Amino acid sequence: MTTVAVLIDHRDGAVTRPALEALTLARSLGTPVAVWLGETPSADAADQLGEYGASEVRVVDAADARVASRAAVAVGAASEDADAVIMISTFVTKEVATRLALATGAGVVVDAAGAELVDGKVETFQTVFAATWDVRTRINADKAIVGVRPNTTQATPAESAGAATVVEVSVDLPETRERVVAVEPVEQSDSAPLAEAPVVVSGGRGTNGDYSLVSDLAEVLGGAVGASRDATDEGWISHEHMVGQTGTTVTPALYVACGISGAVHHRGGMQASGTIVSINMDPDAPIFEISDFGVVGNLFDVIPQAIERIKEHRAS
Amino acid sequence: MRILVTVKHTPDLQSQRSFTDGRVTRSAEDGTMNELDENAVEAALQLVEAAGEGEVYALTVGGPDAVAAVRKALQLGVNHALHVSDEAIAGSDVFGTAKVIAAAVRKVHEEAPLDLVITGMAALDGLTSMLPTALAAELDWSQLTLASALSVSDGEATIERHLADAHETLAAPLPAVVSVTDEANKPRFPNFKLIMAARKAPVTVWTLGDLGLDPAEVGAGASRTTVVDASPRPPRADRVKVTDTGDAGTQLADFLIEKGLA
Ligand SMILES: Cc1cc2nc3c(=O)[nH]c(=O)nc-3n(C[C@H](O)[C@H](O)[C@H](O)COP(=O)(O)OP(=O)(O)OC[C@H]3O[C@@H](n4cnc5c(N)ncnc54)[C@H](O)[C@@H]3O)c2cc1C
Repeated sequence: MTTVAVLIDHRDGAVTRPALEALTLARSLGTPVAVWLGETPSADAADQLGEYGASEVRVVDAADARVASRAAVAVGAASEDADAVIMISTFVTKEVATRLALATGAGVVVDAAGAELVDGKVETFQTVFAATWDVRTRINADKAIVGVRPNTTQATPAESAGAATVVEVSVDLPETRERVVAVEPVEQSDSAPLAEAPVVVSGGRGTNGDYSLVSDLAEVLGGAVGASRDATDEGWISHEHMVGQTGTTVTPALYVACGISGAVHHRGGMQASGTIVSINMDPDAPIFEISDFGVVGNLFDVIPQAIERIKEHRAS
Repeated sequence: MRILVTVKHTPDLQSQRSFTDGRVTRSAEDGTMNELDENAVEAALQLVEAAGEGEVYALTVGGPDAVAAVRKALQLGVNHALHVSDEAIAGSDVFGTAKVIAAAVRKVHEEAPLDLVITGMAALDGLTSMLPTALAAELDWSQLTLASALSVSDGEATIERHLADAHETLAAPLPAVVSVTDEANKPRFPNFKLIMAARKAPVTVWTLGDLGLDPAEVGAGASRTTVVDASPRPPRADRVKVTDTGDAGTQLADFLIEKGLA
């Protein structure tokens, strides 16, 4: 395996942590090159990509990743020589991966938790069926495209890091039938986006619409706030916070479920988390079946006490 | 307005699922229509009802028991049921499946042009969400995915979609492949009359030969990926459950502290 292209996720010009995780994973498969869609990255960003092992940063300017078919052509132009292409799995990159695979004959696995080389072929691991099964998949095609989930590889700088050369790739992007009529950015909170957060504290119907304790606990633990579908349907919190099979799939080191019953749709989006803690009044709530630590109790009593104890511990 | 909806036969989410020889094992009793495809059927029915004219086709690809998926769609009110069934399709990856669906769509489209193909946002058993894109590319039609709202006028489809970082409005000319999310609508319940009629309604069955497809293009042999190992995840070990008698919050905090998580 020689060249492994990594589609770099960046926000406000900064490289995201999942992008560094993807570069770390790419190093175990070959020599990473970073693919950057958008304006030329800052020197700091390029240095950081080099530090995590990218030998080159290939920039495709003016590439709008919003329309999958255009983004796929851009990524394709910057990864022609690559044996594998790694992306962070999101709804948008899954479409890019699909288009790129059709254009190149590559095999694709998305939502992978990792990948390794076995006899010269990429094999991926992932969980399926609401995270109740572990599956290993071999990519038979000559080119492999892997969508990886955030938080599945520990990002570490390369041992022998060099400076990454920045290369401009020019490509004519195709006209598309699809037209972007309007884009309304979603307000981002200060904490990491849900999918990337190392800790997620979620509230469900049991919060009765009061997210203050859930937010407080998330803040103390340095995490993001999640929610169940019932809570977003009630309008208690916006849709972007929804965890589950039709919302965001999360795999944080710690997931705290407060007043969430643990319906199969919800579990499918969080069951692969590292440690799961839940607070629920109903001793028979299904969430307890998958919780490392479960409290049968009222979240309005349990959360404040837990926060107090954590603060006390930190002060001591 | 002529719309084709793709529906997938999936195991009941609440039931046990397993793998045999790298493939998902399903049993006829516990299988049904993929829950998220109900939103696709609903979207199609609503568009036709609003237009005051039109027809809805439901199409499924799969073994003999997959017919349950189109029967469910008939119960909901679609006009025609299509079932592509051929042993050579077994083990297809998303690209093989998209080829088969595209060939069936073209066959219907040639009889009389379709305006839309509507799919669910994902199959809850596999959940890769790749099929709508692969199908649009295969057909070379417009692609509008993850619609939480869909409207059609003047030969154009317009959708809204909610991504993690933005709310988008996208438009594209017909014919288009549209995938709808579970936010798009509230699927109706089948009524008694339709349930009775669905039992007797004819289902058109096509083989690869009927679609002019070479078996070598699809199936396990053409698949670009192979499941080499699958095993059920063991339940979490050493689970603790405490009942709050006044200090469970402290216990919870101590658990996190001990684990280095707080
Ligand atoms: C097609 C489809 C897709 C879906 N996708 C998703 C998805 O992606 N994500 C998702 O979350 N859901 C999804 N759902 C909905 C899902 O099936 C459940 O309805 C939902 O997850 C339930 O939310 P909940 O746990 O907050 O509410 P409930 O099931 O009502 O549970 C509330 C829990 O709170 C507990 N409680 C109440 N008060 C307190 C208190 N004071 N302290 C502690 N505990 C308390 C109760 O004991 C109960 O267990 C989907 C459904 C469908 C049909």
